[in-house]
Amino acid sequence: MAQTYIPFTKEMKKDYKILIPNMLPVHFRLIVRVLRNYGYDAELLETTGPEIGETGLKYVHNDTCYPAILVIGQFLHAIKSGKYDPDRTALVLFQTGGGCRASNYVSLLRKALERAGYGHVPVISFGLAGLEKHPGFNIDLPKLHRMVYAVLYGDLLMTLVNQTKPYEIYRGDAEAKSEYWSARLTDDMAKNSIKYPRVLDNYREIVRDFASIPMRRCEKVKVGVVGEIFVKFSPLGNNNLESFLVSEGAEVVIPGLADFCMYCVYNGIVDTQLYGIGRAKRAVWETIYKFLLKKQRDIIDIMKEEGTFRPITPFDHTVSLCEGFINRGVKMGEGWLLTAEMLELYEIGAENIVCTQPFGCLPNHICGKGMMKPLKAARPNMNIIAIDYDTGASVVNQQNRIKLMLAGAARKATEAPTPEKTHV
Amino acid sequence: MITLGIDIGSTTAKLVAYSEGKIIYSCYERHMARVRQKTVEMLAELRRTLGDIQINAAISGSAGLGVAEAAGIPFVQEVAATTELVRRLHPETEAVIELGGEDAKIIFFGSGIDERMNGTCAGGTGAFIDQMATLLGITADELDSLSLSARRIYPIASRCGVFAKTDIQPLLNQGARHEDIAASIYQAVVNQTIAGLAQGRRIGGHVLFLGGPLSFCEGLHLRFRETLGLDESCAVLPEYARCSVALGSAFFAENAGITTSLSELEEKISLAPTVKSSSAALSPLFDSEADYEAFRARHAKATVANIDPAAYTGDAFVGIDCGSTTTKLVLLSSDCEILYSYYSSNKGNPVEVVREQLKYIRELCADRITIRGSAVTGYGEELIKNAFGVDIGLVETVAHYTAARHFMPDVDFILDIGGQDIKCFRIKNGAIDSIMLNEACSSGCGSFIETFAKSMGYTSEEFAALARYAKNPVNLGSRCTVFMNSSVKQSQKDGATAEDISAGLSISVVKNAIYKVIRASSPEELGSRVVVQGGTFMSDAVLRAFERELGCDVVRPAIAGLMGAYGAALRSMKLRSSSLMSAEELATFEHKAKAATCKGCANNCRLTVNTFSGGRRFISGNRCERPLHTDGEYKEHKYNLYDYKRNLLTSMTKDDPVSGGRAVVGIPLALGIYETAPLWHGIWKSLGFNVRFSEMSRRSTYEKGQFTIPSDTACYPAKLMHGHVQELIDDGCDIIFYPSLTYNVKEKGSVNHYNCPVVAYYSELLNGNLEEMGKSRFFFPYLNINKKLELARELERYITELGYPISFREARRAVNAGFAEYDEYMAKIRRMGERALDHAKRYNRRIMILSGRPYHIDEEICHGIDKLAASLGFTVVSEDSIAHLAKTPDTRVLNQWTYHARLYRAAAFAVSHPRAELVQLVSFGCGVDAITTDEVRRILEDGGKYCTQIKIDEITNLGAVRIRLRSLLAALDEKE
Repeated sequence: MAQTYIPFTKEMKKDYKILIPNMLPVHFRLIVRVLRNYGYDAELLETTGPEIGETGLKYVHNDTCYPAILVIGQFLHAIKSGKYDPDRTALVLFQTGGGCRASNYVSLLRKALERAGYGHVPVISFGLAGLEKHPGFNIDLPKLHRMVYAVLYGDLLMTLVNQTKPYEIYRGDAEAKSEYWSARLTDDMAKNSIKYPRVLDNYREIVRDFASIPMRRCEKVKVGVVGEIFVKFSPLGNNNLESFLVSEGAEVVIPGLADFCMYCVYNGIVDTQLYGIGRAKRAVWETIYKFLLKKQRDIIDIMKEEGTFRPITPFDHTVSLCEGFINRGVKMGEGWLLTAEMLELYEIGAENIVCTQPFGCLPNHICGKGMMKPLKAARPNMNIIAIDYDTGASVVNQQNRIKLMLAGAARKATEAPTPEKTHV
Repeated sequence: MITLGIDIGSTTAKLVAYSEGKIIYSCYERHMARVRQKTVEMLAELRRTLGDIQINAAISGSAGLGVAEAAGIPFVQEVAATTELVRRLHPETEAVIELGGEDAKIIFFGSGIDERMNGTCAGGTGAFIDQMATLLGITADELDSLSLSARRIYPIASRCGVFAKTDIQPLLNQGARHEDIAASIYQAVVNQTIAGLAQGRRIGGHVLFLGGPLSFCEGLHLRFRETLGLDESCAVLPEYARCSVALGSAFFAENAGITTSLSELEEKISLAPTVKSSSAALSPLFDSEADYEAFRARHAKATVANIDPAAYTGDAFVGIDCGSTTTKLVLLSSDCEILYSYYSSNKGNPVEVVREQLKYIRELCADRITIRGSAVTGYGEELIKNAFGVDIGLVETVAHYTAARHFMPDVDFILDIGGQDIKCFRIKNGAIDSIMLNEACSSGCGSFIETFAKSMGYTSEEFAALARYAKNPVNLGSRCTVFMNSSVKQSQKDGATAEDISAGLSISVVKNAIYKVIRASSPEELGSRVVVQGGTFMSDAVLRAFERELGCDVVRPAIAGLMGAYGAALRSMKLRSSSLMSAEELATFEHKAKAATCKGCANNCRLTVNTFSGGRRFISGNRCERPLHTDGEYKEHKYNLYDYKRNLLTSMTKDDPVSGGRAVVGIPLALGIYETAPLWHGIWKSLGFNVRFSEMSRRSTYEKGQFTIPSDTACYPAKLMHGHVQELIDDGCDIIFYPSLTYNVKEKGSVNHYNCPVVAYYSELLNGNLEEMGKSRFFFPYLNINKKLELARELERYITELGYPISFREARRAVNAGFAEYDEYMAKIRRMGERALDHAKRYNRRIMILSGRPYHIDEEICHGIDKLAASLGFTVVSEDSIAHLAKTPDTRVLNQWTYHARLYRAAAFAVSHPRAELVQLVSFGCGVDAITTDEVRRILEDGGKYCTQIKIDEITNLGAVRIRLRSLLAALDEKE
């Protein structure tokens, strides 16, 4: 591409503020702390409110996907707020590649910045593909290594919070533990090099610590959340879906971020299998894949060992689940993983599923809405509701639809055997 | 114990009191957005009838949620309430279809209950019918009785209300029978329900119909029954249909209701705290009365003198603007003063309105005033021109510019918001430089306010005046009107006043225009000399909201609503004598409209044949001139690459044997196959198979597959795929082949060569959703079409696995044969593209690069836009026929899709070629185009070219497209 971009230079590293959009609350807080420990003045944008979407709509084509509108809106809203010096600010955007239009977020952000008169603000694109060079922001192995652990720790914390929060006797216990551990873990990573036995000790201690939270044991409806990566995880994107579901008395089950990372890696392997392309890189992809699988497996073993919590589903098992429903060649957006995750959720008892997607999301026509019929045919108890997220969609409408799904779940839980006939 | 169910929906409130197997009381009333007051009133009425008894109560309904939460009354989700009702009263039911004010639901029973509600994009239903009735100027009851004597059904887009309106308006303007339109409106509701909600599940067996609209509209029920093929015993419409949710809630209340007396219940609801809206209120439109007066005074300056026609003698000129919902006329003196003006809803019959007005004008003129010229513009332009002998017909954009220039000679930006259209154009060097029209999905804004005002019991003027006093205008977002409906619902729930809603709607209309249509990010982008006009801007609230949003003052001519007519009259001032109908002719004028279908080509245009007094005829609804040449004189335009490509593809299979091979392979001619058809044709033939392509799409293709479409927001080309595959199944093909291609053909210049996710993986969706797929074998291997050896290896493996063993040698030979055919096909297209350019050069014709994706040549997808362009005098070439003539331009977005890479090159070619204009076809719902449209615009505008983008969907209305193309021509002419 002949496009030129503003690189993030070594000089910039000294006094530039680096803004990062908040896509996953737990994970990104960890990642930001990792960056700060490397001397970057990184800050997580946690702004909310209707102005963000409105700012996005002003600078991004309105038919672009909702996550782009929100993320770009959040950046521009921050820069225009006067809180940051536009001449001393850089932006980081996480970017996946591939045939989905989401691969254009960085381009769209740059265009939007230019339109708003901030064309000089450097944008650092951060993704597995690693397309661009930024001398002041090189991701070397130690950094990447720490980020991998940030993701794994994040998944563990998120899973544990989700499994304790609905049952905690003292409100706020679970969140407090999560806060405590985020701080402690990043501190640990800053001060010490990563030593795996220590990581395992941390896992154990975390699981034990959460298990010590006083909990009320009762049956709650489990509701799984799948979908496009941003609206699935980000409260800004999904109108606080998680807290809404908890307030409705459900236990939320969300497959983690590590799964998505492994999915991206796995697709590299599939490309060689299906099309005979990228054979040279295959060994690299396979090594990374096996490495991540092993790391996830260790967490699972520790959770099993402790015994209080439902362990994370091993990714290689999730992979096997989409057999007979969708080919693993479907690799744009969340692709086959979305379908596989619905099956994974079903398997662990979260047969009620909210499938989140930005309005008009292309891959989800196929992997989300397109798979509901065959999934329901094969698993009649599956109770899936598709929710579209958009700047114009009303929260009431979304909540009403989710309530419909929950009502179905509640009815199933107390299914009356034979309906009595009444005359009017 | 008596149980009470309360259902508060988007437009109505329902109560049912139930005791010992009987409904002892029920009522149904519109709440006019006064949710709480109405509920309390209804409860009080119940108390007067039954006394202050103890009851068990529960609330349901979309507007009931807020009330229930605030008052601490148990809430039951409405579908859950309906489900309960069915279990108790009609256990044999297999499906429930329930339509409400704005919700549509289908519940399937049988193996597991499966409930569906309309998504955020499917428009309202009851509210939609109301809106359509308003459009026709009749009540909903009249609409229903009209529908029962329908003779034919017009296709009306079924995605959402706004689309449907776009289709109905031209029918009205063309004088189609109201009976037929009424039934067609119902049919659209039916199609929408089926396509949007059934999502691939067939509706059959015992079907229970519930909800207000279905119980009031006999015709609607009839359309459902006919479409679903249900006999009377299976299509049950119970007596309590309109109160079904309330009844279901009463059942629910038996176990889970709150026990209370009626008076306590009333108290609970009326005293419940109002929850403040989560979305922040906007600031008021006017800070004070003085502020408003200053605003009024400033705008009072932009005015035109009115003079008394009785005191005037001399020449005069008539301007008519026959718009989509309103008709406007002006009579001008030779000094451009207004002698007479008229602005009114066209009441669904613009011809009659214009006749009356012309008659009146003729009387007014008598012998003192001579009409020297007349001109007409707007949707009904051609009809009115032909009916009354109007001298000039001109495209709306030109009319508006002419008028705006009169008020502000150096105007550089004009924004016109009419009943249904938003038009805006930039003026550069005295010519229209760029035109933006609202795409079908956001239109209807002006008439939306009108309809909404009526639904709340106000006239539009009263409603607009309310906005002035709003203290906390509600924030309704800036999306299409269907979304606004839900947002209004939400704000009502939050206790917003009518004043706040009115102001909020005004602000939304403005935001929609600025950010959705113009897509400006700052006022400077609009220019410094802005004129606003159109009926919607007659509202002070809308005008004020616009100035507030832009942060600068604009000019609104006092005749904002008459600008089109005024501009038309100004244009006619160059004439000296007029052919306008005389008073005598007007008195005996007669008009009859008859529907017909053109058999000229596959488009099968639905024509309206208008007959006027004296036997004069005018045909409308046609795309090309063919039906106008009944003597067979019509000739196809020679250089239309779309036609050429269609012919190439159809002739490709003509000589193929349909049997005798190893098996019959059916290939759906849709999506990516439009590009790769020759490749697969060559491959399968070489391997000894018979190849059978599906026919090019027609409307019936869509209908054939509509029952199996799971995602109602996917693009139309994808939805058509279902019909194509179904056709091949019905045909008994042994194998149906649609390969999954992550990667498309690799061409030079782009970073990657992807297909979009829908083209790439639609096979997976088809495999999961077409129930009858099992009758044939669906073969959808993942293939790499960029390496011949690899492709041969894959085919060898997969086709052998399929049960037809082939060797690698055979596969290789087949791949070579396939590519030979594909390469030849592409070479032919490119050669023809070059010849078309030469021809255009020789005869000095304008060239239109009609750019889309290969499947846009399908007549059902492009709706004959190519033919329309050809009939306007363009040489039409496709993007892939000329893309090879230009280098890939620098793009600022990731250039990674094969089809879109061609688009960028085509844009670069347009920039380099003086007589070429690029028109981009954008499929509604195409996510990739959200990226490409801005980029194409940038390439063209940086190169000093006009950028015309046309959004297409299942809509069949070419009116808006015609305006754009004619405006483009007018701008090009002006430039020369």
